[in-house]
Parts: sequence; structure tokens; C-alpha cells
Amino acid sequence: MSRRTLNEQEARECKTEQRNYLWGFGLALVLTLIPFGLVAFIDIERMTLWITIGGCALAQVIVHLRFFMHITLAKNKREDLLLILFTVLILVIMCGGTLWILFDLYQRMLPGMMP
Amino acid sequence: MSSTDTHALEGNSRHPGLNLGAAHAQEEDTREEMVFGFWVFMMSDLILFGLLFATYVTMLGGTAGGPGPQALFELKSAFIQTMILLVSSFTFGMASLALKYREDRVRLVVWLLVTLALGLAFLFFELKDFHSMFDKGGVPSRSGYLSAFFSLVPLHGLHVTAACIWLVALLGQMAVHGLDAPVKTGILRLAILWHFLDIVWIGIFSLVYLGGLS
Repeated sequence: MSRRTLNEQEARECKTEQRNYLWGFGLALVLTLIPFGLVAFIDIERMTLWITIGGCALAQVIVHLRFFMHITLAKNKREDLLLILFTVLILVIMCGGTLWILFDLYQRMLPGMMP
Repeated sequence: MSSTDTHALEGNSRHPGLNLGAAHAQEEDTREEMVFGFWVFMMSDLILFGLLFATYVTMLGGTAGGPGPQALFELKSAFIQTMILLVSSFTFGMASLALKYREDRVRLVVWLLVTLALGLAFLFFELKDFHSMFDKGGVPSRSGYLSAFFSLVPLHGLHVTAACIWLVALLGQMAVHGLDAPVKTGILRLAILWHFLDIVWIGIFSLVYLGGLS
């Protein structure tokens, strides 16, 4: 199959989308380098460090969804977004419940299992 | 980016991931259904991973006197794997764009092969990592903590392996049938799987490796 010739609008869209992927890659790179850099080189308080790692991870997930998976807030995408939000709800209930129950159990009966 | 461009790009979206747009209108309805169905499967897979993450956290204290994260993990190796996977996500994006705008098979195949090579490199470093963990006494049967680790991280590796096999199969399909509608749909779905696996890896490097080493 030979190369398709793009009309002017398509060429513009192609450029925009390429730029979007580059933006996504750049942002994800920065959000990866920050937590790795902190763990490798900088000695800060553990709680602050964990919150920073978690925050960067969350931001990077959103960057990936937005720039690589093309999940946006545009109206006709709501089905995809709703499915993500529902999955997150299920995850919060099941993971949160698991952690709550088990750590409560450890505290009362198995203090050795507390990390 | 101007707002009209954004509107043109986002306005005709029919399914998650990159939409191929008007130039690929053939069989678009089937494609919409199949890609969305795959998206539903991805979300159920996400729940599976989420619960393994929860199991891992509950087992953090269960090292039973065996080696823990500080003794087993190497930051450098985790960093290399993270970078490889991130770059492979980007190269898959470039392959998707080559499919959408060029229909130039050479460019598409080259980007896909680069992605495949990065996927295999990731697996190589991950296996090397496991090997060095085994050498330090970190085998799955050593403790509850290590069992939880080896059910979470290698499951991700297994997904990457499956994605690589799928990629090879797609390349084969393309060689035999050309760039027809099923192949295009396959590439779009594999793109979703590939980007999804990178998202799961964000959780793994943040929680397991960085959390364990800090």
C-alpha cells in the first residue's frame, strides 16, 4: 500500500496529534524522574516522600489516560470515562475494605504483621 | 493547539484510544464495538491488578525473617525498566499515528518493531531482576511477602509477554492479508493494552519499588 497523501486539514491534525503524544511523553518523563530522583539522591522525611511519590503516580496515570488513551472530558466520551470511574469506585471499595479489615486484624491479633 | 483543532479531534470520538477518523470509515461500527468491548475487559483486568496491589500491601509485614524490599530491589534496574516501558508506550503511539495518517506500511511496521524490541528488552531486564532476587534468597515460597510480590509483578510481565506475542501475530497477519479492517482493529486494541500495561507499571514502580526502597 502506498503512502496516503494528506489534505491540508489532515496534515494539521497529524501535526497536532504528534505534538500531543510528545507532550504526553514529556510530562510522563518528568513525573517519573521526580520520584526516582527523590528516592535516589535526596534525603527527606518519609511521609513527605511517600505523598510525593503517590501524587506523581496519580498525575502520571492521568497524563497517560489523556494523551495516550485519549480519554477526555468531551461529551461523547463519557461512556469510557464512566467505566473508569465505576472501576475506580469498585477498586476503592474492595482494596480499601481489604486494607481496613486486614490491618485492623493485624493490630488486634498479629502485631508482628504490621510493616 | 487551537480550539478548533481540539474540537475536530475530540468531536468524532467513537471509542477509547486513538480514533482512526473519516479516512478509515470502512467497518467503523464493528471497530467501535470491538474496541469498546476490549476497554471493558481492560477495566476488569484493572480490578484484578488492584486487588493484587492490596494483597501486596497487606503482606508487607510478612517477610517471616526472609529478605525484604531493601535487600532485594535495585533502584537502577527498576528505573531502566520504567524508562523502557515509557518509551515503548510512546513508540506505540507513533505506530498508531502512522496507521491513522500514512497507511504507509513500512513506517507502521518499523514503529511496531521498535515497540516489540522495547517490550522484549523490558522482559529481559525483569527476568534478570528476578534472577538476582532468587540469588539473594528471594524465592516465592520464602515468605508471604515474596509470594505476594511474585503474584503481582510477574503477572504484569506475563501481560507484556502476551502483548508481544499478539504484536508478532499482528505483524504476521499484516504480512499475509495486508492492512485490512481486522488488522487495523487489532492494532487499536493492542495499543490500548500496551498503554494500559504502562499505567499498571506506574503503580508497580511507585508502590513496590520506590515505596520499598524509600
